Amino acid sequence: MKLKYFSAPYLVWMIIFILVPLLMIGFFALTDDNGFTLKYISDVGQYANIFVRSIWLSLIATAICLVVAYPVSFILSRMEKHKQGTMLMIVMLPMWMNFLLRTYAWMTLLGNNGIINHLLGLAGLGSYKLINTSGAVVLGMVYNYLPFMILPLYSVMVKIDRSLFEAASDLGCSSGQTLFRVIIPLSVPGITSGVTMVFVPAISTFIISRMLGGGSNLLIGDLIEMQFLGNAYNPHLGAAISLVLMVIILVIMTVMNQFDPDDQVLM
Amino acid sequence: MKKKVFSLLLASLVGVSALWSCASDTAEEEDTEEESSAQTLTVSDPDYYTRFKGQNISINVYNWGEYISTGADEGTLDVNGEFEKLTGIKVNYTNYATNEELYAKLKGGAASYDVIIPSDYMISKMIKEGMVQKLDMDNIPNFSYIMDNFRNQAYDPANEYSVPYTWGTVGIIYDTTMVDIPKEEIDWDLLWNEDYADQILMFDNPRDAFAIAEIMQGYSLNTENFDELEDAANKLKKQKRIVQGYVMDEVFDKMEAGDALIAPYYAGDALTILEGNDSLDFVVPKSGTNLFVDAMCIPAAARQKEAAEMYINFMCEPDIAFANIDYICYSTPHQAAYDMLDDDVKNSPVSYPDSQFIADKTTVFVNLSDEANLKMQNLWTDMKSAEDENSNRWIVPVFLIFCVLLMIFVLVRRYIRRKKDIF
Repeated sequence: MKLKYFSAPYLVWMIIFILVPLLMIGFFALTDDNGFTLKYISDVGQYANIFVRSIWLSLIATAICLVVAYPVSFILSRMEKHKQGTMLMIVMLPMWMNFLLRTYAWMTLLGNNGIINHLLGLAGLGSYKLINTSGAVVLGMVYNYLPFMILPLYSVMVKIDRSLFEAASDLGCSSGQTLFRVIIPLSVPGITSGVTMVFVPAISTFIISRMLGGGSNLLIGDLIEMQFLGNAYNPHLGAAISLVLMVIILVIMTVMNQFDPDDQVLM
Repeated sequence: MKKKVFSLLLASLVGVSALWSCASDTAEEEDTEEESSAQTLTVSDPDYYTRFKGQNISINVYNWGEYISTGADEGTLDVNGEFEKLTGIKVNYTNYATNEELYAKLKGGAASYDVIIPSDYMISKMIKEGMVQKLDMDNIPNFSYIMDNFRNQAYDPANEYSVPYTWGTVGIIYDTTMVDIPKEEIDWDLLWNEDYADQILMFDNPRDAFAIAEIMQGYSLNTENFDELEDAANKLKKQKRIVQGYVMDEVFDKMEAGDALIAPYYAGDALTILEGNDSLDFVVPKSGTNLFVDAMCIPAAARQKEAAEMYINFMCEPDIAFANIDYICYSTPHQAAYDMLDDDVKNSPVSYPDSQFIADKTTVFVNLSDEANLKMQNLWTDMKSAEDENSNRWIVPVFLIFCVLLMIFVLVRRYIRRKKDIF
């Protein structure tokens, strides 16, 4: 198998830019100037409410993404081939724009004198506090990460053969049963990878909460940023928080993978 | 303290408006002045500057964004370009957005800079940690232009490490059409005024935010007393409910668009914001404020110390200092540059409050001890992460229940699956 030598460049890349930094984070988290310490890891405990809020908000965002993306991906996958390409491009279109700029645009939309409140005002509905709420943070997450949910779902669904639905209805399945016993079980791999791809960036984001949360909806990402670029300047604590965050993500992903059927039992 | 490199959009917007604000009134005189000075820039001692000519030296200058006259706009002087022309030393010019970013960069040791321009408290921190080196004032004769009251400041008592570049005060930007309090009566308590709930912006960095609370409680801005810090944090906690958001650069957009009515900010940037919205005004509260100074320093790891000192000296040439200050709108500690300013700028209470007020009511930050810094940081994180009382109660239980349900679901499914496998 000479082929495996072709993976050597990536292997080197992985060691230098993934493995070594990970080890350094671990090293920083578990040491201070005098050597080994668990101080920073235990210090992370005082930020429990920030962790809970981050997990909570990103779970909500992931759930919304799933609910919104699922029907869209299904419809997409059942379209004629040439239309699929166009529609996919439209889904991807916002991603061509810089991430920061897209979030920035929401600030103008949601502002107290922003476009949405302006229109509401014209309609006589008064103005609402939209920006600087946790709802706005969730909205920012959903908006930015939705394509990451649609794409994996779509790529799994497009492989589901049409004849399976026909077979299901031949055998007397109602459309509801077809959905729950055929479509959903077959798209589980798409769901798990979609959820991972939305949840992981959502939980570690910091710019969305800063721009749309008004600085009073601190997330883990903000906390880490404060340790490295903020007044606090405490790389050890920052590394410890990152380490805890990685463990949490690992646990959640392990749970997620339980849904991934490698066997055919559910079919 | 002036983080203008926020986004490309903002930067260009600010850039244009900053230029507009400064250049509009003096445009005509300057044009003529510029043309002559572009060819014959008068420096006090040309021989001094040509020492390194032809030696292919380059220096790395690390400055705030939008904090030097670049010549990109018509009628302004390209300061770095002039320096290169005059001395033959190449200037690699890069930007940072916060003092902390600068600190992290230097501390990381990955980059070597020859000239940096940190603010007061960061300078004293760097002096303490040996990150900047003493200047050879013989190489910086133009230091003589620096006004007496900006020498020997608390952050650098013997003035061995730094040469002041700009200064300014912190005050309140407010919307005159919506805030019906006469200008003379406005004080920091406006930021706690319930009538303007949800219309108030606040600094998104602990040092500036705590300073405001400390002034109101009558404490020193450099207090390291934990009780006083806690008291200030409580004050900020009380304010949180009526604060619309904790922001830095976003102040520009939000105030210009009228999204908020009241915001504390730095005087130089405030002038830029005022240009964007006629109904805004800026006031320096009479009960006192923070006076910040940004000064040029040479990092301990600098490779071209003499060339760096030459650059600092060049920045203190009257024409150059004037070009810079005219472009960036901050206040200058440079006597000759100040003399060149228009009278209405000189007399502006925003840029140049009267010296009695400055002497009595303003305080310059110095670096706090590590313990006090940590305490402040923890109080700040606490304050910011504290939830509204009602939402905090259910979020944890709901999350726990969710986790438990998820686990049960996973276990049950596994069980069922295993059972099915048996058959």
